[in-house]
Amino acid sequence: MINLASRDVLHGWGKFLFTGIGLGLLIGATLTMAGVFRGMVDDGQVLIDNSGADLWVVQQGTLGPYAEPSSLRDDVWRGIAGIRGVAETGNAAYLTIQMAHAGKDTRVMIVGIEVDRPNRPGAPPYLTAGRPILQGHYEAIADEKAGIKLGERVKIRRHDYTVVGLARRMVSSSGDPMIFVPLKDAQEIQFLKDNDALVNERARTAANPAFNRPGVPGLLEAAQASATQARNVNAVLVRLVPGADADSVADEIQRWKRLTSYTRAQMEDILVAKLIATSAKQIGMFLAILAVVTAAIVAFIIYTMTLAKVREIAVLKLIGAKNRTIAAMILQQALALGVIGFLVGRIAAGLWGPAFPKYVLLLPQDAIGGFAIVLTICALASSVAIRAALAIDPAEAIGG
Amino acid sequence: METPAIKLTGLKKRYGTGDAAVDALKGVDMTVWPGEVVGLIGPSGSGKSTLLKCLGAVIEPTAGRMELAGEVIYDDAWRIPDLRALRRDRIGFVFQAPYLIPFLDVTDNVALLPMLAGRDNAAARKHALELLTALDVRHRAGAQVSQLSGGEQQRVAIARSLANHAPVILADEPTAPLDSERALTVVRILNDMARQYRTAIIVVTHDEKIIPTFRRIYQIRDGRTHEVAGEGRAL
Repeated sequence: MINLASRDVLHGWGKFLFTGIGLGLLIGATLTMAGVFRGMVDDGQVLIDNSGADLWVVQQGTLGPYAEPSSLRDDVWRGIAGIRGVAETGNAAYLTIQMAHAGKDTRVMIVGIEVDRPNRPGAPPYLTAGRPILQGHYEAIADEKAGIKLGERVKIRRHDYTVVGLARRMVSSSGDPMIFVPLKDAQEIQFLKDNDALVNERARTAANPAFNRPGVPGLLEAAQASATQARNVNAVLVRLVPGADADSVADEIQRWKRLTSYTRAQMEDILVAKLIATSAKQIGMFLAILAVVTAAIVAFIIYTMTLAKVREIAVLKLIGAKNRTIAAMILQQALALGVIGFLVGRIAAGLWGPAFPKYVLLLPQDAIGGFAIVLTICALASSVAIRAALAIDPAEAIGG
Repeated sequence: METPAIKLTGLKKRYGTGDAAVDALKGVDMTVWPGEVVGLIGPSGSGKSTLLKCLGAVIEPTAGRMELAGEVIYDDAWRIPDLRALRRDRIGFVFQAPYLIPFLDVTDNVALLPMLAGRDNAAARKHALELLTALDVRHRAGAQVSQLSGGEQQRVAIARSLANHAPVILADEPTAPLDSERALTVVRILNDMARQYRTAIIVVTHDEKIIPTFRRIYQIRDGRTHEVAGEGRAL
C-alpha cells in the first residue's frame, strides 16, 4: 500500500517544511525555557560542588550564606576545627555587587577566601589559566564569564585588583560570575564603611557620653577602633575527614557552637528547592502555556491541512479507503510535523542557548522527554482533524 | 441467459419525515446489462444524483430492491455488511471533475484502488499501466495530476474506475467540463471499455452532445424512470 501521508507531504513539501520550521521555533523556545530551569539548578549545584565543602556553618537560624544573609565572627572556625570529624575549615565571605568593567556594568559575586594555603574550602577547585592567589591583598581570580582577561586590573569598590587566575563555571546561584579575592579584602568590601561614613560615625561616638567618659581613658579610642574593624564572615566552610558522618558533625556544631550547620543535601535543598522555587514555578507555568499553545497550533495546522483535502478524502472514502487508512494518513502527517518541529527546535535551542545571559543547560533526557511530549501533543492534536475527516460524507464526491 | 449487471426494482428514497418528507425516488425500475453504456437523463432535481448515490451505496434507499451482478445488495435493507468494500471492489466511479488525488502520480492514482483492496503494489501498478495504455495516456504515467490536460485527467479517472474490474461503473456528468470533441472521445472510450471489460456503465448527463450516442436511455422524471430508445449514433 502506498504511504499516502508521505506522498501528500512530498507533494507540498515546501509548505509543510516551513510549517514545521515555524512550529520548531516555538518548540525551540519551549526547550530553551526548560534549559533555563536546568541551568538554574546546575548553577546551584556547581556552587555547592565548587565550594569543596561538606558542611556550611552559618549564623544561627538563617538559610545562609546563599539564600539569606548570615554573619559570623571570623574566629569561630577555631572552635569548629576542634570537633571530631572536621578535617579543614575555611572562612568565606560572599557579596554580589555591580562592577564597572570594559565600559559596562557587570553583576558579579565577590567571594572572599582564605589564601594562606591552597585548596582551602571555598577556593576554586581548578584554574583554566594563571595561578592561585598568593598575596594577602589585591589579587583576584575571575570566572571566564566575567569577561576579564588574565593580568587585567579591575576596580572593586575602593581598590584595584590584579587578575592572576581564571576559572570556569564558578558562578553564584543566580548565574553571576564569581571573583575570588583574599578574605580580608572581601571583608573590607562587605563590612567596612566609606571614609565619610567613618568620620560621621566617629563624631557620633565621640558625642555619645557613654563612650566618651572623662574618667575612662582609652574607651573612646577602643569604641571607635571596634567600629572600623571588619571581623565578620558569611560562613565557615567545613571539609570532613573521609568516612565522617556529615549529619552527626552538623548536629555537634549546632549543639555546642550555637550556630546553624547545613550538610550538602540540605544545602542542595536550600538552593534548588527553596531559592529557585518561585522561578521554577514561573518557568513551569511558561512551559505549560507553551505546551498548550503548541498543541493548539499543531491541531489548527493539521485541521486546516485536512480541510484542504475534503474532496480527496471524500473520493478516498467513496472508492473504498478504510477509516483507519485516512486516520493513519492524518496521524502520520501530524507526527511528521512534530518530528520536523522538534529537530528544528532542538537545533535552534542549541544555537541561541549560548547567547542567553543565563546558563541554558539542554540535557539529553530533557530532549528525549520533550520529543515524546511533542509526539504525544501532535497525536492528540491530530484527533481533531481525524474526527473531521471521518465525518466527511463520501457523497460529497458525487455532485447534486 | 446473461445476468444483468444492475437490476433495480421499485427503488424508493424518501428524505426527511412527516410533512417535510420529500420522495426523491418513487419506485425506480432499471436493468443494465454487462458491456452496455446507458444514459440517465432528467432535469435538475428529478432524482438523478439520488439514484446514483443509491446505486453507489453512498446513501441508503428507503425501499425496493437492488441487484448487482446477480447478487441482492439491497432488499428493503442493505444485504451487504461492508458497503465500503462493496464500492471498492464492485463499483467504479467517474465524476464530473476527475477528482484525482493530487499528491499521487498518474500510475498510483489508478493503482490506488487495487492497493486499497490489498493487492500487491507491483501487480497493481502493472495493471494500472495496462489500463493507461488502453486509454492512450501511458506516456503520462509518471506525471503529476496537475501536469495533465482536462481530457487526460478524465481518461485517468476512467482508468481508475476500471482498476478493480468492477462490473458496474457510475459516471456522473463525465463530459460536463469538456468541449464537444473531447466529450465524444470520452464517450467512445467508455463504450470501448464497456465492451472490452464487459462492464455496465451508467452515464448521468445533461450533455446534449453525447445523448444521441446512447442506445438506451433512462429518463428520470418526478422520481420515476422511463426507458426511452436512444439513437445509438456511431462514434
